[in-house]
Parts: sequence; structure tokens; C-alpha cells
Amino acid sequence: MSKARQDLKRNIKENPYLLSGAIITGIMVLVIIIGIFWTPYDPTAMNSADKLQGMSLRHPMGTDNMGRDVLSRVMYGSRITLLIAIGTVAIGSVVGTIIGALTGYFGGMFDEVTMRIIDALFAFPSILLALVIVSVFGTGWIQLLISLGIAFVPSYARIVRGEVLRCRNMDYVENARLQGVSNLRMIFVHILPNIKGVMASSIMIGFNNAVLAEAGLSYLGVGSQPPYASLGKMLSDAQQYMFTTPSYVLCPGIVIVLMVLGFAFLGEGISRWK
Amino acid sequence: MKYIIKKLGMMIVTLLVVSICVFLAFNVIPGDPALRMLGTEASPELVEQTRQQMGLNDPLLVRYGRWFIAFIQGDFGTSYNYKVPVKGMVISKIPITLTMAVIAFLLTVLISIPLGIFTAKHENGVLDRIIIVFNQIIMAIPPFFSGILITFIFGMIFRLFTPGGFVSYTANFGKFLQYLFFPSLAIALPKIAMTVKMLRGSLIDEAGKDYARTAYSRGNKTDGVLYRHVLKNAMIPVITFLGMALADMVAGSIVIEQVFSIPGISRILLTSISNRDYPVVEAIIMGIAIIVLLVNFLVDVIYRIVDPRIGMEDE
Amino acid sequence: MEIILDVTDLHIEFHDHESPEVAVEDFDLMLGKSEIVGIVGESGSGKSMSALAIAGLLNRKSLTKSGRIMFDGHDLLTCDRKVLRSYQGDEISIIFQEPMTSLNPVKRIGWQVEEPLYIHHPEVTKAERKQRAIEMLRAVGLDNAEDVYFMYPHELSGGMRQRVMIAAAMIGNPKILIADEPTTALDVTVQAQIVELLKKLNKEMGTSIIFISHDLSLVNQICQRVIVMQKGNIVESGRTVDVFSRPRDPYTKKLIAAIPKIDLSEDR
Repeated sequence: MSKARQDLKRNIKENPYLLSGAIITGIMVLVIIIGIFWTPYDPTAMNSADKLQGMSLRHPMGTDNMGRDVLSRVMYGSRITLLIAIGTVAIGSVVGTIIGALTGYFGGMFDEVTMRIIDALFAFPSILLALVIVSVFGTGWIQLLISLGIAFVPSYARIVRGEVLRCRNMDYVENARLQGVSNLRMIFVHILPNIKGVMASSIMIGFNNAVLAEAGLSYLGVGSQPPYASLGKMLSDAQQYMFTTPSYVLCPGIVIVLMVLGFAFLGEGISRWK
Repeated sequence: MKYIIKKLGMMIVTLLVVSICVFLAFNVIPGDPALRMLGTEASPELVEQTRQQMGLNDPLLVRYGRWFIAFIQGDFGTSYNYKVPVKGMVISKIPITLTMAVIAFLLTVLISIPLGIFTAKHENGVLDRIIIVFNQIIMAIPPFFSGILITFIFGMIFRLFTPGGFVSYTANFGKFLQYLFFPSLAIALPKIAMTVKMLRGSLIDEAGKDYARTAYSRGNKTDGVLYRHVLKNAMIPVITFLGMALADMVAGSIVIEQVFSIPGISRILLTSISNRDYPVVEAIIMGIAIIVLLVNFLVDVIYRIVDPRIGMEDE
Repeated sequence: MEIILDVTDLHIEFHDHESPEVAVEDFDLMLGKSEIVGIVGESGSGKSMSALAIAGLLNRKSLTKSGRIMFDGHDLLTCDRKVLRSYQGDEISIIFQEPMTSLNPVKRIGWQVEEPLYIHHPEVTKAERKQRAIEMLRAVGLDNAEDVYFMYPHELSGGMRQRVMIAAAMIGNPKILIADEPTTALDVTVQAQIVELLKKLNKEMGTSIIFISHDLSLVNQICQRVIVMQKGNIVESGRTVDVFSRPRDPYTKKLIAAIPKIDLSEDR
């Protein structure tokens, strides 16, 4: 058996976060994938006879105020939420890594100026930054994705810059430099692979934060537009029926919590990887 | 002193950068503000005249300078939609949002610090394990969802407050605080969980350091080592976190104000965003940025007091 | 000579891994009043473990201890925590290898030097504590004691910090001072000064010292008796002069042979 497999086995045994995170995230992703091909009902099909039903066999998560099946809508909504989270983290981590690696590696005036701007952006709570960008580009899920992606750049840039600074003066990098390795090759071949542990856990935490941020913003109504709704928007529609049909509120809410929890556990598990 | 001046200088530089970003963001948007103010039926002559009046034909830099100078003098511009000064629209809402953030911050500090100490002291005990799991779950609940749950539990079942029954601070300050307690709790919950986790980790880390062993060797009790030696060191990273959390709470209140239908900054911000009423959005964003930067500056000052090693190279 | 500390059959075992690991086995030590005893050995020989056990600082759960450490009519291994604490920092003090990290970075030097008095002698007034702390700082060779009193650890050099550690350890006028590799992290010139200081304090205050080191030449300079340890066991012990001139154990011989000698006759 290879060492990598042994490592994995031991970590799963000793690290309950990793296992529970993988299980929760796995189930969520599975349900979302099934939702692409099949949902119990059409998520947008209204049925005035079946308004605000509680949980039943016919509607496992009940129905909403327009008689739509909540489970189908949750399956669809979590797909949007997950896609936005993936997009956000992809934009944030790729752009952030490039900025962080370049500033950390070259330093000097370029670093000073870039980091001042990054600090200025970092001073902004990400939800506010996203609101500014949404107000410039307009509402909609693509705008939301881009906004959140940009809002996530500063934190990745900071993490990567710190790590690159730490690695820059290590012996192996000095050695490579003496051998005449080019700057770009140095960054991407010699330095970045060494920070993959830190990156892996910050990407998981990024997913966790992205799901939360997306939910918050679409709750405010700046995300995907009706009749399709991501989980946050469903909650804001459902809020007023909390007293009459609790399942309509609780189901999308709990799904958000599970999604965040899955990513949080995975992040925690990876950071404890031995 | 030099350290504080340096930090103050950095804050001003950051503020300038922020203001440039905000100004640019709202000035490269397609669409003519003069047209927005007058409506699409206005004659081209009138639009041109208004453009002159508003100074929209000047170079970007001149417009930025004029806007920034006016801003720091307290003139936030005029709302496109309501044709009234932004200042008047916003200023009476600020106390609502700030009060909420302050209550949330106090709740966070008052609950998380004792809880963090407790869990660190009973590391791996039954209660510690329960609190850790509980913490993870709390961190995963978005504040607006916990807001909805709080409304349901405390508002509808226990009837401790009337959902939607916000009372302004000018009408009845006590009732105002009582109502704001619950939204503040929703804002504070995830921050409490994060602070507990962080303080616990930091305390356990510090307790393993050499100086803690020295403290034991002098005959300190466990509590003596904890409160006289370890706590202050462990608080250093937590202070940074709390500073960032306070800034986040100001921003987080935007969502929570919606959940509890509080007529604060958030409602104006959201309507202004959807109406593209940019002067209002600009003013609110700048206002929050200034609050955030001030908080960061304060954190730096507190840092300097708690940790004597900070800023030594400057003095 | 009056015996003030009597350690017999000290046995320390770790349980961090699946099979228990013996750190110290059958350790015996008798310490006389005003005596300086050295414990030498390489890292992992159990010398520091024995010292920590005597100082009452081995309290991890994954560890078992047996034997007896008799001090002042009590067995420090089994006595009440309260009794042990009443000795720690007052009758038995310890200084460590790392003066850079052994002081609390966010507390003033004066506060840290006074702490043993604050804990064990609440009857001493604040002004008196300060006066004694400054006297003690001066006694350990810090001439600008009044200034040092208000400084933080990061403002001092390694040698000065170790002097501060010694001042804090000696302020209660302890019967025993355990010096756990006190000079290892310091420059050679500073090492000699610290050793001289320990000698001086031993003479003036009558404190017995357990001096732990891997450096035999230092032990030779300061200790009347020496214990040589290897892999948790005592391999040789006796008067320093005897051990140095007629080592019996092969390990001791190797250690002695490893001391760099300065041959003055050779021209350079």
C-alpha cells in the first residue's frame, strides 16, 4: 500500500473533522448532482391547491406560498449556491494567489502600492464590497459571482504573500536561485507547491465563507432573480410564513447550515492533516 | 508616540485609497447622472446646463478633489431620487446601526471571553467537547437565519419582543434598546463562537510556552498562571480578531436590519442601490469605511498598550 | 554536612507512545547545604527531567513517577500540591536554558522579579518589594537596576535576561537553586560571567545549586561533586576532582576527552 493511502487512512481514523466534513459535503454534492437530472417536481411549477403544505410523503420538505415543491427548489437553489461559491473561490484564489505571489516575491515599491490597495479593500467587510460591485454591475447571479470573487481576492492575496515571504529566504529557494532558475519558474515550481497545505485549508474555509456571503446577499435580493432562487432568497421569501409553515423556512435554512458545516469541517480537517 | 503617528498616517493613506476606489467605482458607471436627476424627457439643453452646474464636465481628478473635500467637510452630496442632501437622509439612521453593532460587540466580549477561558481550562473535558461541537454549528448558521429563528423563538413563542415593532431611539430609548438586543444577538452569535474557538486555542498555545513553566516554578496556582501570565499574552491575537469582528458587525447589520425590519442604514442603502442613487450609496459606503478604519486604528493603539514589543523599532 | 535534599530511586516514565519510554531510572542525589552539584550528560540523558521533577514541574498526565524526593520532611513527589507550591519559587527555585522565552514578554521585569515575594510573602509591602527587587537586580550584576526594573524582556540581551531570571529565582533566598543548562543559549563570554555570578551567590547567600550542563569544563569550574548521566541512568558520580582525574566509566572518559584543550606551548 502506498504511503499516501496509509496517510489518508490514518488521518480519517484520527481526524473526525475530515471524515464528517467529507460525508456531509459528499451527500450535499450528490443531491445537487441528482438535482441536475431529476427533481421530484418542476422547481418553478406552481400549484394553487397545494400552498404552504407541511412536510408529507408527497412533499418531503413541504410546499411554498405558491404551491411549489420546496425540496425541488432546495435542490435547484443549492446548485446555484454551490456554483457561486465555486466561482467565487476560483476567482478569489487564482487572482489572489497571483497577486500575493508576485508582491511577496518581488517586494519593493510594487509590493508597497499593491498591498496598500489590498489593505484598503480588506478594510471593507466583504459583504459591503460585494454590494458596491453589485450596485455598479447590477443584480443577478453572474454579477453576484464576480462581486464576491473580487471581494475574496484580498484575503487570499494576504495569505499567499505571507507564505511566499516565509519561503523566499529558505535554503532550497536560495539553492535554486544559485542554479539560475528564472523568477516565474521559481514562484510557480519551487515556492507555490510548498504552500499547498495552507492553500487547501484556506480554500475550504473560502467555500464556507462564500456560501455564507452568497446566502446573505441573495437574502438581500441582489443574487439570482425569480422564479429561480438560491437558498438565501428562498429564506427571505419564506420568513413571513415562519409561524404557519415552519418547514418552508427551516428546510432551506438547515441546508445552508449543512453546506457551510461540511466545508468548515473539511477545512478544519485539512488544517489538522498530519 | 511615533508608532501612533505612523499608524494614523497609514490610516489616512488607506482612507484616501478607499475614497479613490469608491469614487472611481461610481464614476465609471455608464449613464449620465444629470439625465438620472432630470429624467429621460428633459431637453438636451437643460441636461447640458445641469451637467455644467453639477461640474460633470470637469476632469475626473478635479471632480474627485471637489467631492472628497466636500465629503470631509460633511457635505455628502444630493440624492438623485429625493433631491435632498444625503446628510439629512443618513445621519438620523447612524445611531441605530451603531447601537446594534455596539450591543453585538459587548455581547461577544462578555460571553466569549469567560467561555473561552472555561473551555481552555477544561481542555478535552466533556463540557469542552460539547461547546466545541456547538461552536462549529453556530459558526455555520448565517446571521439572517439565526435572526429568523430568534424572531420565532423569542418574538413569537416567548413574546419577549414584538417582531416588526421597532421603536425609535427618539421615542423611547429603553424600548429601543430592548428591541435591538435581539438583532444584536443574531449578529453576535457567530462572532461569539469564533472568538471562543480562537481564545481557547490561543490560551492552550500560550500555556505551553516557557514563561508559563517559569510562572509555575514560582509557586503560582493554575489560576495564577492563567490570569496573571497567560491571559494577557493569549488576548493579543484575539484583540485583532475582535477589531475585525466589530467592523464586520457594522456591515453585518445591513442584513440583520432587513430580518428585523429596522429602518436603519441598510434600508436606505438597499433602496439606493436598486434605484442607482449613487450619492447616497457613496456616502454610506464611505461612512462605513471610515468607521472600519477608525476601529482598526483603535485596535492598533490597544495593541501597543497590551504588547510592549509592538512598535519598538519606531521609538 | 547537613543534607537538605535527598532523592532516592527516582524513576520517570513517559506514556506518549504505545510502549512506555523510560526517561530516568534509579536516580539518586544527596545535596548538602551550600553545596554545588553538577549533573552532566548529553541531551536525552534524563538530566533535565530529573531537575524538573525536583522542581515539581512534571505534571503531565502521560507520565508516571516513582521514588522519593525528600525536602524539609516532605516527599515532593507525593505531598499535597499546596505544600509543593509553598516551596516552589521560595525554597526551591529554578532557572532555564532559554532566557529569551522563559520571561513573560508582556510583563515588566520588576513585576516578574517580585512575583515570588508577592506569592509567598504577602506581608511584604509594595515599596519594600520594589526595594528588594532592585537590590536583587543589582546583586546579579545589573548596574542600572532602577531602569531595568521598568523594562520589558525584549529590551534586554540574553545574558541580561538570564541575570533577571536568577534575580527572580533568588529573591526569596531559596535553599536550592536548580540551574538547568543556564548558559547553553548564551555567548561564551557571557557564559563565564553567569557561572561566576552563580558561584558568588552560592558563597554569599549559602544557596545550594544543582548545576545541569552538557559542558564538562563548566561543571569542572563550579561544582564540588558531579553526576554523569547516560540514557536515563547514572553512570558515574563523585567528587569533581576525582571524576576528572580518574574517570572509571568509558562514557565519562569519552566526555572528558571531548573537552577542547588549549595548548599554550604551540605557536600559532
